Amino acid sequence: MPEITLVQAVNDALKEEMRADDDVVVLGEDVGVNGGVFRCTADLVDEFGEERVIDTPLSESGIIGAAIGMALYGLKPVPEIQFADFIWPAFDQITSEMAKMRYRSGGQFTCPMVVRTPYGGGIRGGHYHSQSPEAYFTHTSGLTVVVPSDPYDAKGLLKAAIRSPDPVIFLEPKRIYRAPKQDVPADDDYVVEIGKAAVRREGTDFTITCYGAMVEVAMKACALAAEKGWEGEVLDLRTLVPLDEQALIASVTKTGRLVTLQEAPKFSGYSSELSAIVAEKAIDVLEAPIRRVAGFDVPFPFTLEHVYMPHAERVLKAVEDVMTF
Amino acid sequence: MSQDLLQVISESGKALKGKKPGLSADELVGMYRSMLQTRLLDERMINLQRQGRIGFYVPSTGEEAAQVGTAMAFEAQDWVYPSYRVPGLFLQRGVPIDKMVANCFGNEADLCLGRQMPVHYAFAEQHLVSISSPIGTHIIQAAGTAMAQKLKGDDGITAVMFGDGGTSSNDFHSGMNFAGVARAPCVFLCTNNQWAISVPQEKQTASETFAIKAAAYGMPGIRVDGNDVLAVYDATKKAAERARAGDGPTLLELLTYRRGPHSSSDDPTRYRGNQADSWMAKDPILRFRKYLENQDLWSEAQEAELQTELKAEINAAVKKGESAPQPSLETMFTDVFANVPPFLREQYEQLVRDEGTGHEPDPDAAFPL
Repeated sequence: MPEITLVQAVNDALKEEMRADDDVVVLGEDVGVNGGVFRCTADLVDEFGEERVIDTPLSESGIIGAAIGMALYGLKPVPEIQFADFIWPAFDQITSEMAKMRYRSGGQFTCPMVVRTPYGGGIRGGHYHSQSPEAYFTHTSGLTVVVPSDPYDAKGLLKAAIRSPDPVIFLEPKRIYRAPKQDVPADDDYVVEIGKAAVRREGTDFTITCYGAMVEVAMKACALAAEKGWEGEVLDLRTLVPLDEQALIASVTKTGRLVTLQEAPKFSGYSSELSAIVAEKAIDVLEAPIRRVAGFDVPFPFTLEHVYMPHAERVLKAVEDVMTF
Repeated sequence: MSQDLLQVISESGKALKGKKPGLSADELVGMYRSMLQTRLLDERMINLQRQGRIGFYVPSTGEEAAQVGTAMAFEAQDWVYPSYRVPGLFLQRGVPIDKMVANCFGNEADLCLGRQMPVHYAFAEQHLVSISSPIGTHIIQAAGTAMAQKLKGDDGITAVMFGDGGTSSNDFHSGMNFAGVARAPCVFLCTNNQWAISVPQEKQTASETFAIKAAAYGMPGIRVDGNDVLAVYDATKKAAERARAGDGPTLLELLTYRRGPHSSSDDPTRYRGNQADSWMAKDPILRFRKYLENQDLWSEAQEAELQTELKAEINAAVKKGESAPQPSLETMFTDVFANVPPFLREQYEQLVRDEGTGHEPDPDAAFPL
């Protein structure tokens, strides 16, 4: 198996799916000749031509709206929004159009498409290149929301997303775009099933839920906790909608303690939903109150980014809280 | 660019010199039938709404030529993105009237399963794309469909209908721009009925006309008398042929007037007095009828016969629509995704467990806009 980065994994997934299905097309700002500002669509235009790898005018609402029209007609578009922070002009097209098309037409029209977008902080990008917008989309009925945390999943989940009959928001953690490298299958048929979480570290004392670039932070926090004799379980959700609720409840039932971890702001964040589900369905197994570790409820800062971003020591503090309650 | 209007028949129903419709007698009469059917459906549905038998309706009285003339110009394989004020386009394109009425009742026979308000139709078989209420969102989608048709090398083209208000939306800009750049086979149809609810066209744009906006996107813009069904047909047909030949998109401005309210919930006397009266004399149906009579294609007797036939057809559709049951409870949870995921199944099961399956609609609920 070749050892590749997350960027290369995305690129490989696109290439394989475009080779397998002529209806798969890529469109967005700078995705063609330039190969994408992060290089995720590098070389695609050479192999598939400008008709299937479309450099669009600079309009996010236009990119998603045009992709919807393509999907309705039978293509499988994979539009790229250059940064998730730029996705808001397309919010109406995503939430009111793409997400609702199947429902509002009684199943007569559908939008199988994948909106790819890099998200998250830690790259010194300031407010407009660092946000984590997942909660806006997980709150919208009709959207599948996927967040890979490593190259293996990025490739397998993206291939599965392109084959999905439903519209998918595919959030790529850009801080870990280029590291660490990982062995990833080159097999065309390899996919990672949407809707299944993965246990990244087994433990018996507490559970950390996480996704995207925060998985690495959770792993570090567990290593620190182990020095104190506490064994943490890391549950990488991989798909936010539909949530693998069974895996969540199973892990919390096993450990009895939950720390949720996300870099998005805390209030009304996705992890609050996880907390609510556990409180509704498994409060009897909890031995301590749930702790949420998240970004602060402030705009994403530039200079103080390192303070804003959740880090292993901050997670460890939450672990101490649930372990010593 | 001038304010000149393309016309084929005069306001008194005379064929203008040198203008030929390019349609057979049967086709001309068929178009007249669709226009009259649209008018009669309008009157009936507004009445039903006033009687509280349907919740909402969007009338299009006075705009029938713009709907039927455009529809006549497209082929079966073409895709059309309608606005919510074009029932005549649906009828001319062969949508069964009882399916439209079923949508207005939101019953189980509605192809949209009662999930949207009345007149938000979707008919995949006729390639009439699902309508949403926010203005302009479908314009860029139409450009995308046209790009897909070009990419796949298909013969079909795409048309999109919107109003004067729609030209102010950001997706009008992106749609015109994307289609222009891609030279996509798309026909942009702006029905300028001069009002966006209460806002007149001069508050919508500082442009001399709506057609002039085409120049900024590198495509032709043509201003058409929207109450002259043959002019609408002629201009749309040429734009469709241009698109089909690979020469790119066209914008047409179809000038007409919204004689009625924006919707069944709107009272236009609050913002424009009795201005609509002057447009009664320019009625597109009367004008086309006079033309047909001048051509010896229509008579008083035929008119009476057709009116009776169409009214009976609408009555039958209303009777059928009103007696059909509402969609089943499961339909609230299906089609959110291709398959019902466990968390939605759980919500459905909890609903049935807690409240049973009998849910009658609230008779006092009324839509305010």
